[in-house]
Amino acid sequence: MNYDEKLTNISILGAAGKMGSGILLLTAVEITDLNFRKENQDKVFVLNAIDISNKALSGLIEYVRVQIRKIAEKKIIQLREMYKENLELVNNSQIIDDYIGKVLANIRTSTRMETAYNSEIIFEAVNENPELKIKLFTQIDDNSKNQPWYFTNTSSVPISYLNEKANLGGRIIGFHFYNPPAIQKLVELINSESTLPEITEFAQTYAKNLKKFVVNSNDIAGFIGNGHFMRDALFGIKMVEELQEKYGFAKSVYIVNKITQDYMIRPMGIFQLIDYVGIDVCIYIMSVMNPYFVDEEIHSELLDKLFEMNIRGGQNSDGTQKDGFFKYQKGKMTNIFDFPSNAYVNIEDVFPVEEILGQLPKKHLTWKEAIKIKENENPISEYFYNLKDTNSLGAELSIKYMKASKAIGEKLVTLNVAKTEKDVNDVMKTGFFHAYGPINNYLG
Amino acid sequence: MKKKIYLTAGYNTISMGTGRKEFNPKNSRPGIEHYIKEAGQSTIKMINGAENVDEIVISNFAASQYNNQGNLPGYAPFIDDKLRYKPSTRVEGACGSGGLALATAIKFLLSGESEVVLALGFEVQNTMKAVYGADVLATAGWWAHRKDGHAHFFPGQFSDRAGAYYEKYGKDITRKAMVKWYQNAIENARLDNTAQEFHNSDTDLEKTASIEPNKKSFVENLTVFDCSKVSDAASAIALMTEDGLKRCNISKSDAIEVVSFAQAEDDITTKPEDATKLLTTQKAVQNAFLKAGITKDEIGTVEAHDCFSIAGIMAIEALGFAEFGKGPEFVISGKTTRDGEVPFNTTGGLVGWGHPVGATGIHQAVTIWQQLTGKAKSSQIKINQNKPYGMTINMGGDDKTVTCIIFKKSE
Repeated sequence: MNYDEKLTNISILGAAGKMGSGILLLTAVEITDLNFRKENQDKVFVLNAIDISNKALSGLIEYVRVQIRKIAEKKIIQLREMYKENLELVNNSQIIDDYIGKVLANIRTSTRMETAYNSEIIFEAVNENPELKIKLFTQIDDNSKNQPWYFTNTSSVPISYLNEKANLGGRIIGFHFYNPPAIQKLVELINSESTLPEITEFAQTYAKNLKKFVVNSNDIAGFIGNGHFMRDALFGIKMVEELQEKYGFAKSVYIVNKITQDYMIRPMGIFQLIDYVGIDVCIYIMSVMNPYFVDEEIHSELLDKLFEMNIRGGQNSDGTQKDGFFKYQKGKMTNIFDFPSNAYVNIEDVFPVEEILGQLPKKHLTWKEAIKIKENENPISEYFYNLKDTNSLGAELSIKYMKASKAIGEKLVTLNVAKTEKDVNDVMKTGFFHAYGPINNYLG
Repeated sequence: MKKKIYLTAGYNTISMGTGRKEFNPKNSRPGIEHYIKEAGQSTIKMINGAENVDEIVISNFAASQYNNQGNLPGYAPFIDDKLRYKPSTRVEGACGSGGLALATAIKFLLSGESEVVLALGFEVQNTMKAVYGADVLATAGWWAHRKDGHAHFFPGQFSDRAGAYYEKYGKDITRKAMVKWYQNAIENARLDNTAQEFHNSDTDLEKTASIEPNKKSFVENLTVFDCSKVSDAASAIALMTEDGLKRCNISKSDAIEVVSFAQAEDDITTKPEDATKLLTTQKAVQNAFLKAGITKDEIGTVEAHDCFSIAGIMAIEALGFAEFGKGPEFVISGKTTRDGEVPFNTTGGLVGWGHPVGATGIHQAVTIWQQLTGKAKSSQIKINQNKPYGMTINMGGDDKTVTCIIFKKSE
């Protein structure tokens, strides 16, 4: 069975979720484009969007409809070529409307798991809960005659574990998109020892057709992305714990968030990122990873405490940010959670943090400036050179953080999670949008 | 000319689009009423009241598609209550609509039917994303050519022309001239606060424009810097006879005079006979020269229809300033800059000022009026006494609907 035929019947589990909806969108576009090819015009392509909530599925179709329009507008030159033979459709608007209709027509929504029984490929994007994933895989595999291939979007669970527990005989691969899948270029591809070579080959073609940048991670819990992020987050939490005696909790969170964003030239501060990903999701990922690293404690009591107080971060279905370490209004941080009051304080009340941290070093560039420059190594290196020579708390903390972040990156190579240092840097740059990789010599 | 025809009281609104700081595609913007009113009322004020106006000519390309509005003559009384029940006419010739409005107004005056005509052109096209706006603009070509045309239809047409020109006369030198054309356009636009590129602060225009065309993302032979920008704007000007001037109490020193005008039309269903030449433009220019009894050597400044940089270069050749194939050299050697031999497009032209389709022809006349009467403020050029004439060339579609007008300062 070739690539195109494999894609004639796919099911996406958790299709209405944050990751599932993006995977659905990209896959729907891919099969529609395949359908246009002469050799495929008689084939029927079915993409099942399976989720537990009918309401969420309605919202999903609306989301996909809006997003396909954007995609179609961007590739209008290619679309006109694809519609060359269709003399009825002349204007860009006619072609775009028709294309949107075709993509949507390939999507079937369903709340019933039975829908997946006929699929050749199962794309799993449900909660990061190993037991749930295993249960779904087992159920489908027991009822399907197709010996389907399983693509899991897990960001932490070892593929070999899922393979073994669900008894899949190597018909599974880790295909980890980054959030949001429609925009983020990175896919972490994870082969277990038993993953069938034809699945790997297919996955590579599929990633290439989706114009994704692939980094191969080894099959060790957390892989490269979360392997770095979770440890990096734990380091930030540790730093807060050290600072809070002197500055109090809220101010310490603000300080660490600020140095990780401004001083380290990242798109978000570390606590903002935890909020974005979700405190609950971070706890879950850490709990999946923790048993695999006996010498390490990948766990945070602070996150547990917040979770128990129902402070969980993540996004509402309309994309707005839920409360976490920070409260947000229109994407901007307005309040910070504080201990021991267990209440949010106004962000202005934690000022003036600048007086504590000192001025930003000379030649500082913002993250936005840094990513706009194609060859940004020199300006970044100049900035860090100045940072090294700056005598301020901000500089001191950020140097400490940079070193820790680098050590985490190197550890991923030592632990054989990543094959090379470049892979670690590539994941952080393309999956987390960092302006530079953590393994660098900027601090000499 | 059977009768002396004067132009005065020119006015341009801001040319709104992505080049302007205040433009944000996500925010709502002023609609056609705003632009029509601002330009119309400003010109009327300068001629001392709408009671002085005998009739109105409105030029616009596609309000029925961009703004869901037809029957545009009805906007005349909207400008001023005193225009109610006066004759109003709408003309359309795509990007050449403004030129048609001027030619129509001139004919109304020559016929003796009117003494004062208000000509107003407008287009508000940012109501659509460019990918859909391209469909509207494509109707300026023949419908039957649309299917095989490029997604960005007109850039596609002129990309084909540019490709033919590269092949015949050399790509490197032509590209170099197109980059220079862009530089001139932006530098001139920076001197006119109504220009779309007025806020352009790029310190290395040459580098910016020196990118290679990429047919995967745009068209084969042009970059976005070779194109005029989608613009919302209106321009207005008053045309009048000698009696009209008296009625409006306008001094001749505030007016310019039409020396000659010529229209030329080519069959919309045909493709260019020679893609490297603007033959209809050439015909219109030749007729205008013939009627004026002057030569190119007496032209002090030109407003050319540079919807694309390559069209600007081809216009130079159609005008006879350079032989066919020598336009690029003419531009590269600086002859079209504001202090060059013949300053072209002194407020930025279509590339720099913007191209509000139905207003462009009138905007060109306003610029010539400003330059010849010394009202061009920061963008004022020095007019050589031996070259007292100004020229506008307004082109609709792919060299189909062309109007060329020659002006001089009135005596």
